[in-house]
Amino acid sequence: MAQNHHRTKKIRVLPGFKLTLGFTVFYLGLIVLIPLSAVVWKASSLSLGDFWHTVTMPVAMASYRLTFGASFLAAVVNAFFGFIVAWVLVRYDFFGKKLVDALVDLPFALPTAVAGITLATLYSKNGWLGHWLEPLGIKVANSQLGVFIALTFIGLPFIVRTVQPILEDLDPELEEAAASLGANRWQIFWRVIFPMVTPALLTGFTLAFARALGEYGSVIFIAGNIPLKTQITPVVIMSELDMFDYGKATAIAVVMLVVSFALLLSINVLQWRTNRHNNISLA
Amino acid sequence: MTPVTTNLHAHASLGHRRSTTEAPWVRRSLVGVALAFLSLFLFLPLISVFVQAFAKGIGFYLHTVSDPMAISAVKLTFLAAIIAVPLNCVFGVCAAWVIAKFDFRGKNILLTLIDLPFSVSPVISGLIYVLVFGAQGWMGLWLNADHPAWPWLANWLNDHNFKIIFAVPGIVLATIFVTFPFVARELIPLMQAQGRNEEEAARVLGASGWQTFWRVTLPNIKWGLIYGVILCNARAMGEFGAVSVVSGKIRGQTNTIPLHIEALYDDYNFTGAFAVASLLALLALVTLGLKTWVEYKQAVLNRVEAKP
Repeated sequence: MAQNHHRTKKIRVLPGFKLTLGFTVFYLGLIVLIPLSAVVWKASSLSLGDFWHTVTMPVAMASYRLTFGASFLAAVVNAFFGFIVAWVLVRYDFFGKKLVDALVDLPFALPTAVAGITLATLYSKNGWLGHWLEPLGIKVANSQLGVFIALTFIGLPFIVRTVQPILEDLDPELEEAAASLGANRWQIFWRVIFPMVTPALLTGFTLAFARALGEYGSVIFIAGNIPLKTQITPVVIMSELDMFDYGKATAIAVVMLVVSFALLLSINVLQWRTNRHNNISLA
Repeated sequence: MTPVTTNLHAHASLGHRRSTTEAPWVRRSLVGVALAFLSLFLFLPLISVFVQAFAKGIGFYLHTVSDPMAISAVKLTFLAAIIAVPLNCVFGVCAAWVIAKFDFRGKNILLTLIDLPFSVSPVISGLIYVLVFGAQGWMGLWLNADHPAWPWLANWLNDHNFKIIFAVPGIVLATIFVTFPFVARELIPLMQAQGRNEEEAARVLGASGWQTFWRVTLPNIKWGLIYGVILCNARAMGEFGAVSVVSGKIRGQTNTIPLHIEALYDDYNFTGAFAVASLLALLALVTLGLKTWVEYKQAVLNRVEAKP
């Protein structure tokens, strides 16, 4: 990269810079930036008092607690099990491994509405899983637990797919060196392998968390959307939209957008640090 | 999301030293835990879609998926995808070309902005288009103004009762927005890794810009491009939240497949909902199959290039 940088700065051999940059910026502006700026326009038409009143109303506050809590818990559970799945896929051989590897991406590929009705049906009173859980006093459908389960489903591939390539690229000589210096397997895992995978695990965690915060389709069917109890923030926005109260919907959307952009920024910083880390370990 | 490369070296060196792998019982339990977790969260839901879809027999299934409302939903979904995917594909190639082949200020900002639609909740993606094109939004204010700018256009649109929100154009726009980064995200890292040497050599040898792109760049990025298009298409056909906000959900007119599934489910026609959902689940499986195949092709390509 660095060498290319110096060379092409002097003369631009390749054509199309103006055309492609122009189209990229034009299309980005038209599809993404101008529509997003409408949020700022609408939000600024609200008085500060109205804005504050809307974003702190009890229904909204309850939805933030549920959305953040369930998204965080789902990302934690995914970080744990996702790490094990990535580990098993990279290091061990077992029957059906290729198929399992391909199916890990299912939550990316399966439309959220399909995931939503499927989970809702599985965990309903008469569902395959619900009819076992209900007698035990565990209610998943129309409860906060249901929100957590849906968010776990959609976040799963993020951890596996960020950790997996890092595990694959780990140099086995490092582990052999540690072993020949007398470290046992557990020490090697915690002191050698885990620290090298941590940035990727954190990136995957943040990606899963960020995705869960905005999730809508897979949650609404299983959650029941009871105000103050099982309503996630996107559902609160949706219910304001259904009442054609675009000001309120926009105010709550601003809260979500600020959080999402902060997370996006931290993901970029994390990835930049991961890349730098890998470059150093390669050199 | 990142292409998976298998490291043969890692496998070969494992096993012959006890201290660089785990005891058999640890290995077996970890595989067991992983498979149990995946069965609960992935395999069971996937199987249940198809079982529920055929719960009332093949006759009911065929009746549901060939219902005029279902057919109209399928048509609208295809229309949105056919418009959104090529547009985002052209954008992805342009963005990847400018980012991978040139150095300029603000490149990192551009990269972050391209990712924006991924970090916006689907519901908000729909909301922003309502704010631009809705009755209370920019377009509504313009059309309802006493003296609108470009009065001829405003009058023409008013006379023809032209609507974007709660109509097909809104659905198409929302679909374009949510699938915006897919192709670009696949191509940018790929083209950055491939560098500029081959294109520069082609130029020095006298190839035109288009020749360089068609004969040098495109063959190199072919599989990444196909992969991006597959993912983009899957999301375009399956988008629910954003489309749900802008559609208005008029059956037979502005319902896409996911919205039709919701409508059937809300009518307590669960088997019907799963019958239509099985079409999208099938699309997801085809997507995963194609993805695995494309990754295999890309790995072969990389191995051939790495050999000499």
